Amino acid sequence: MKYTVDKKGFYGKYGGAFVPEMLFPNLDELEKNYNKIINDKEFQNDYNNLLRDYVGRPTPLFFAERLSEKYKCKIYLKREDLCHTGAHKINNTIGQILLAKRLGKKRIIAETGAGQHGVATATVCALKGIECVIYMGAVDIKRQAPNVARMKMLGASVVAAESGSKTLKDATNEAIRDWINNPITTHYIIGSVVGPHPYPDMVAKFQSIVSEEIKAQLLEKENTQNPNYLLANIGGGSNAAGLYYNYLENENVKIISVEAAGEGVKSGKSAATSVLGKTGIIHGSKTLLMQTNDGQIIEPYSISAGLDYPGVGPLHAHLLESKRAEFMSITDSDAMLAGLEVSKLEGIIPAIETAHAFAAFKYLDFKTNDIVVVNFSGRGDKDLDTYIEYFNL
Amino acid sequence: MNRIDNTLNKEGKLLSIYFTAGHPNLNDTVDIILKLQESGVDMIEIGLPFSDPLADGPTIQDSSTVAIKNGMNTNVLFEQLNGIRNRVSIPLIIMGYFNPILQFGVEEFCKKCNQVGIDGLIIPDLPIDYYEENYKSIFKKYKIYNMFLIAPQTSDERIKKIDSISDGFIYMVSSSSITGSKESFSSKQLEYFERINKMNLKTPRITGFGVGNKDTFNAAVNYSKGAIIGSAFIKNLESNGLKSIERFIKNIRI
Repeated sequence: MKYTVDKKGFYGKYGGAFVPEMLFPNLDELEKNYNKIINDKEFQNDYNNLLRDYVGRPTPLFFAERLSEKYKCKIYLKREDLCHTGAHKINNTIGQILLAKRLGKKRIIAETGAGQHGVATATVCALKGIECVIYMGAVDIKRQAPNVARMKMLGASVVAAESGSKTLKDATNEAIRDWINNPITTHYIIGSVVGPHPYPDMVAKFQSIVSEEIKAQLLEKENTQNPNYLLANIGGGSNAAGLYYNYLENENVKIISVEAAGEGVKSGKSAATSVLGKTGIIHGSKTLLMQTNDGQIIEPYSISAGLDYPGVGPLHAHLLESKRAEFMSITDSDAMLAGLEVSKLEGIIPAIETAHAFAAFKYLDFKTNDIVVVNFSGRGDKDLDTYIEYFNL
Repeated sequence: MNRIDNTLNKEGKLLSIYFTAGHPNLNDTVDIILKLQESGVDMIEIGLPFSDPLADGPTIQDSSTVAIKNGMNTNVLFEQLNGIRNRVSIPLIIMGYFNPILQFGVEEFCKKCNQVGIDGLIIPDLPIDYYEENYKSIFKKYKIYNMFLIAPQTSDERIKKIDSISDGFIYMVSSSSITGSKESFSSKQLEYFERINKMNLKTPRITGFGVGNKDTFNAAVNYSKGAIIGSAFIKNLESNGLKSIERFIKNIRI
C-alpha cells in the first residue's frame, strides 16, 4: 500500500500533524475514533442511506459522445455536479456530520473559500439540527454574496475572517483558532484533503465513494472496472482524492491532476503549486506550498475560487513526488474557454474548477480506445457572474 | 546548564516578555531587548513573525503582518542580534512557527542561534515526537533548548512525557485559547493550575496566554515559576512607544 497514509499520518514524507499542543487532544480523539466509526456497520448504513436519499447517489457515469469525438478517445463524466448542493463537497460533510454526532459534538465549524464547502456544511447541520459557524474571508464574503445568503438561510452563522489576506487560508486559520478555543464541544469539518492528520485520510475516505461507484458503472458500460486515465481538477484535492482513491494501487490506471495556473505559472498570479510550491508546513500539514524564501505563505490566484489554495493535500504531494500522478497547470483563459465548450458540446455548464480539467484535453494525446474518466466535480450555477463578465453574455 | 537554567534557579518569580521582531519598526529589536533588560525583565521571547500564526490572537497576528511588511525575516533577525551578547545577559529565546525555521534549515537555524547567543526556542507547531525523531540531536549539538507547551486538555500521561524530555521550562498555556490578554483567570483555570502544581513535575513552569496585567501575573506566578506577557506588551508598545516599556514593566512588578 504505497499510497495510503502510514501509522504516523504521513504519505511518504508529506502529511503529519504540525499543530500547537492545544489541538493535540482534538486530533488525538479523532485519530483514535475515525476508522472505528467509519467501519461501523450502523454508521455505514446511515451514511449510505443519506448519500442515496438526500444527496442523490449514485451519480451517473455519463459517456460524453461529442467531447469524445472531438478529442478522439472515450470520455466519461462522473456527474458529481448532480449531487445535492451542486458539487462533490457534500459527500464529505455528510460523513463528518455523522461522525461528529457519534463523537457527541454539539457545534460544527468550517472554513470556506467560494462558499461551496460552507453551503455543504450548513446543509448537513440543518439536516441534523446542529449549530453551525462558517468562517469565510472578508474579501470572499463580498465576492460570493449568493452563497453567503444560502448559508444564512440554512441557519449557519457566517463569520468574516479579517486577518491576513482575508481569503480562504485566513478563514482556515480562524476556524482552527475557534477549535483551539472550543476543544470539547466542537467538531471542525475541513472541506478538503488538507490539514493535520487524520483529516486528509478521513476526507479522502468520505470522497472515495466516487471511485467506488465508477468501478461498478464502468464494468457495466465497458466491461472493465479500470479506465486508462483519471482526470481531475485540484486545489486542495478532495474531488481528485475521491476519483483516484480506489485506483491508487493499480498503476495501470494513469492519473492526471489539473491545477490552476491563473494568469500563467510565471505571471506572479497563479495557484500552480506543483511548479511553484516547495515543501513546508501549512494548516498543520507538511506538503507542497507556495511560499517566500523565508517561509511566509504566498496568497495564490485563480479565477476559480475553489482552486486558489496555496498548497495541495499531502496525498497529492506524495503522488507528484512518486510520479504516480502527472500534474498539469491550466490558465484562466483556457479554463473559461473549456467551460464554454463543454456547455455547448454536452449541455452541461461546469463549475470553473471543473472546466480546468476539460481544458487539459487539447494538450493531451490519447489513443482512440483510451477510456478517460473526468470528475465533473461541480455545476456552474455559482460561476454565472464570472462567465457573464468574461464572455459578455 | 545554560542561561535559562541559571535564571530559573534564581529566587522569586520570573517575568518574561514576548514581542514580535520587526514591530512596530524593523530596527526596534535591539532597543526593545535593551530596554526590557534595563527594566528588570528576567527573560525575553523574541517572536519570529509568520504569515499564518495559528495559535495567536489578533494582536500578535497583526504585529506579525506589520513586521513582515517592514521587511523582517530570519536573516534580518540574526543580523540584528549579532553582537547582542556584548550588551545583554538575560536569557533570549526565539519563539516562532516551524515553517520559517524549516525553510532556513533547522541545523543552520540552531547554529545561528548558538552563534548570536540565543538560549532556546519555542516552536508551537513542532510536535514532540517529530522533534525527538528528527531534530533533538541537532538542538543538543548547538546547546539550544527546546521548550514545549502544555494546555488544559493535555493528558497527565502526555504532561509526564513532556516533563521527561523538557529542557529549561514547560510553557504552560493558561487556557484552551489563542493568545491575547484577559482581565482575570476563571476558577476553572485556577483549578487547572492547581492540578498541574500537584503533579510535582521536575521541570519548572512558566505560564503564558492570557497574562496581561499585575493581577493575572500575580495569579499565574502563584502556581508557577513565572509568567509570559505578550499581547498586552505589544498593544502598549503600539500605543505608547518604546519609551513606555519601563513604566509598563514597573506596573506589572509593583
